[in-house]
Amino acid sequence: MADTLTVSGNRALMIEEPLIFELGHPGRVGVDLPAPAPVDFDRLGGCRRSEPAALPDLAEPQAVRHYTRLSQKNYGIDTGFYPLGSCTMKHNPRLAEKMARLPGFADVHPFQPVGTIQGALEVIDSLAGWLKALTGMPAVAMTPAAGAHGEWCGLMAIRACLEARGQGHRRRVLVPESAHGTNPASAAMCGFSVDSIPAKDDGRVDLAALTAKLGDDVACLMLTNPNTCGLFESEIIAIAGAVHGAGAFFYCDGANFNAIVGRVRIADLGIDAMHINLHKTFSTPHGGGGPGAGPTVLSAELAPFAPLPFVVHGTDGFRLIEHAHDAPGHQPFGRIKGYHGQFGVFVRALAYIMSMGADGLRQASSDAVLNANYLLARLNDALSPSFAGPCMHECLFDDRFLKDTGVTTLDFAKALIDEGYHPMTMYFPLVVHGALLMEPTETESRETLDAFVAVVRALAAKAKAGQAEEFKQAPRFTPRRRLDETLAARTPILRWRPPADRQAAE
Amino acid sequence: MSEIRFTKDHEWIHVDGGIGTVGITDYAQSQLGDVVFVELPEAGRNVTQGGEAAVVESVKAASEVYSPVAGTVVESNGALADKPGLINEEPEAGAWMFKLRLADPGQLASLMDRAAYETYLSTL
Amino acid sequence: MRYLPHTDSDRRDMLAAIGVADVDSLFRDVPESARLPGPFDLPRALGEMEVERAFQRMAVTNLSADRAPFFIGAGVYRHHIPAAVGQLLMRGEFLTAYTPYQPEISQGTLQVLFEFQTQVAAITGMDVANASMYDGATACAEAAVMACRVTKRAKVILSGSLHPHYRATTETSLRYTEMDADVLDPDPLGVEDLIGRVDSRTACVIVQNPGFFGGIKDLRPLAGACHAAGALLVVAVADPVSLGLVEAPGAMGADIVVGDGQSLGVGLSFGGPGLGLFATREKFVRQMPGRLAGQTVDADGKRGFVLTLSTREQHIRREKATSNICTNSGLCALAFSIHLTLLGGSGFARLAELNHAAAVRLESKLARMRGVRVLATSYFNEFAIHLGDGADAARVVERLAAKGVLGGVPASRFYPSYPELAPVLILAATETNTESEMDTLAAALEEVL
Repeated sequence: MADTLTVSGNRALMIEEPLIFELGHPGRVGVDLPAPAPVDFDRLGGCRRSEPAALPDLAEPQAVRHYTRLSQKNYGIDTGFYPLGSCTMKHNPRLAEKMARLPGFADVHPFQPVGTIQGALEVIDSLAGWLKALTGMPAVAMTPAAGAHGEWCGLMAIRACLEARGQGHRRRVLVPESAHGTNPASAAMCGFSVDSIPAKDDGRVDLAALTAKLGDDVACLMLTNPNTCGLFESEIIAIAGAVHGAGAFFYCDGANFNAIVGRVRIADLGIDAMHINLHKTFSTPHGGGGPGAGPTVLSAELAPFAPLPFVVHGTDGFRLIEHAHDAPGHQPFGRIKGYHGQFGVFVRALAYIMSMGADGLRQASSDAVLNANYLLARLNDALSPSFAGPCMHECLFDDRFLKDTGVTTLDFAKALIDEGYHPMTMYFPLVVHGALLMEPTETESRETLDAFVAVVRALAAKAKAGQAEEFKQAPRFTPRRRLDETLAARTPILRWRPPADRQAAE
Repeated sequence: MSEIRFTKDHEWIHVDGGIGTVGITDYAQSQLGDVVFVELPEAGRNVTQGGEAAVVESVKAASEVYSPVAGTVVESNGALADKPGLINEEPEAGAWMFKLRLADPGQLASLMDRAAYETYLSTL
Repeated sequence: MRYLPHTDSDRRDMLAAIGVADVDSLFRDVPESARLPGPFDLPRALGEMEVERAFQRMAVTNLSADRAPFFIGAGVYRHHIPAAVGQLLMRGEFLTAYTPYQPEISQGTLQVLFEFQTQVAAITGMDVANASMYDGATACAEAAVMACRVTKRAKVILSGSLHPHYRATTETSLRYTEMDADVLDPDPLGVEDLIGRVDSRTACVIVQNPGFFGGIKDLRPLAGACHAAGALLVVAVADPVSLGLVEAPGAMGADIVVGDGQSLGVGLSFGGPGLGLFATREKFVRQMPGRLAGQTVDADGKRGFVLTLSTREQHIRREKATSNICTNSGLCALAFSIHLTLLGGSGFARLAELNHAAAVRLESKLARMRGVRVLATSYFNEFAIHLGDGADAARVVERLAAKGVLGGVPASRFYPSYPELAPVLILAATETNTESEMDTLAAALEEVL
């Protein structure tokens, strides 16, 4: 782009930044460490490293500038509106960060004697208490590290329970076509087969089709509710009844719990197990892709099979159960990760929950649903909504409004980037063509929504006015323009190599 | 005998002297988009009719290639490993995927000829 | 409510724009019997001050490592974190970004991941690394499954040197699959025979180096035996700082290296979140689980980065995916990467030497004590000691804690059904331990034994 050429290649605040490997010079150091006492290395079992690790040497100011400049090439919630459907990009309170950094939480070890970590166990127990109360479920497995990990945990508990009942032959899991890809992947990891169930025209599970698929070999139904189209499964109680009637369990993907927390009790819906994404509903930061946490609430029937470890109340404070034989009456299906769960995420989630309180949590889900319906109402005539409202916390459009414009959902998303917005989720769920899934969240003001609506409407008008070429060029003002993903996948370059190595390889 | 037949999953097979050459159709490649990777069966592997024989991947999709008929793989197209994009360029010629010795030539009768396949495509 | 911008009049106007009377009518698809009329009978919203007070109260009941001579490791290690790490992590553009699915506005995260992958490959001596997994234990389980996929075999051999949580997590992962685990007894003396167990059914052998009890092994003979039998060697590294001084698994023939990056930049945090490291050979990359960042060019021909090879992943392959994982440990990977960048090649090697020197110093102090026997003949920054027949290491640790000393982990905490391990105590020393802390530990141990 000739109009943006500069001598340096930089564009004011947008500064080109090499890789750390291109910045290093031997002799520099970013951490001053004392000289080690002389040792003769005879304790290394004859396995002293032969080639030092090829890492670049930088001084602290270079490193700080490097990461600062890289951060400036990222869009975060702190930057602007991030209506990424099914991801819940809402404000991350900084109080939670401050609490997680208290030395009493950040600087304690999982294997200290339990007498020295009562406060840490209290955090886990308090958070577990809130999760149980907010869902009405009797038990919660706290250790799953993420939503998908929670799905697997819940399905493993179901499998273990079926085996204990002598019903190990139940191996089929029913999953709607609109489900997150993690659902079938998690089911496969438990040795289950996946059978997909269709949706009705209104975007909800077809109860008749589901009932027809039930049978003596079905282990469970996995259903996201509210579903991935942003709709509440209005027949959910009948669905639960049919599933239970067939002797199967009902797993709910709780990714969208944020729409209903404080307004609906999960236990009242007939759900046997559900994971809760703390990084969504309880606002812990996404961190560019984790870490999250996915505690999984369980019914009384599944509770005895919950994984190790877990916290219980002892006569002398909290106890940590790390072995099956310390928990009479329990038949844990195993351990699913190291240590005691995503503790740092627990602290943040609990700080958020205590800040919001029962009243604030209910207000948050109400405002999340209000905001999504407001977007739906204001964009109703400019885009093509896939389903009639009301929606829950997110609203789904498809690409019918772009028909014959030459503009695709992808182009539309890239144009939003140039306008200063993070795009909505594209091409998911798969059940509508060219999906645009918008989740505004409750932490966005009305002014933000109005400004976004104005931009989306203007872009839709532009597309319909035949200005496809402009969309194809977007984004134009970003640190990088559209990237060649085909090249990346055909000739994978997954690490930096020194120029000499590269020449040798060619 | 030399003939080309098609499946509903958009594979083609060209048979010549008891050896079938298999690939995916132009329609299939257009649905996938830029092909970035192909996983091919090794020689000697037995495949069933309709059984998984190969995988083609684009940036955003992965798709199994099913064998149109049963048989034993005798060769696969090594050129695709270095140049998977050939599948987009000449799907029904240079980008054949594997050759197999037919177990039962009678199975060919269950496949579509070109005219029938084109009619089928028009219904999609 | 400080996180919710709407005023009551905003809400009224918006409801009018939608055309409904109240928010409740937006929830009309919820079956009536499941609707709650009002908030739960639970505590109400609190201001920052009140929340801080509540957390302070809980935090101070913990004995944190900064307040005690601290010698605990067993998979989670206390290293000094440079101040810049914490500051840079708090950049909102890193902290509050999602997975980099829109690469044009995620080059920061993507370049960090590309650099992280290169750093992990460099320290482990492998070709490629992924963008991270949940933690070391889950990475280990994923390696077992991947090895079965690569070799089309079903038997996984788990060494007694492997961290008990890595072992347990891997066993759970295989529990309801066609794969099964051959689990060896805990091996504090490093005497188990792994080579003799490898056969034509073996998909992989998983060892930890340095081992859970401290011992370091030359893995080349084992790698040779695995490869001769068509099996893979998986090596777990619990403290990657060790790789500054101990031979890289890649140089000893490992096919997959897993580990936990917690020890660089992440901190203790009661053991979570961790940072699963996962590296392998180039030829296995399409069988690898987890996210990968790759280099490419943009429409103007400039170098840039994207997530790539995603056809392996659940959102495309669904039940046929290499794993159900849908996140990485992004922010922890950033912390690890910044810490390693600050250390550089020379700092990384020096940090490892400091750790080893501290452990050698600690060993020399403990080896002098009556009744105490050091079990490992080789170690990096952690080793097991035997407190004498009849001694109960668990009780010793409690007594040390009562004196304000966090003096290691009893092996019985992991292996309660092995009475011979009751007197075994696992101790770690790092660059954070001073000479006087070691003297305090030795003196306290002398008193309680």
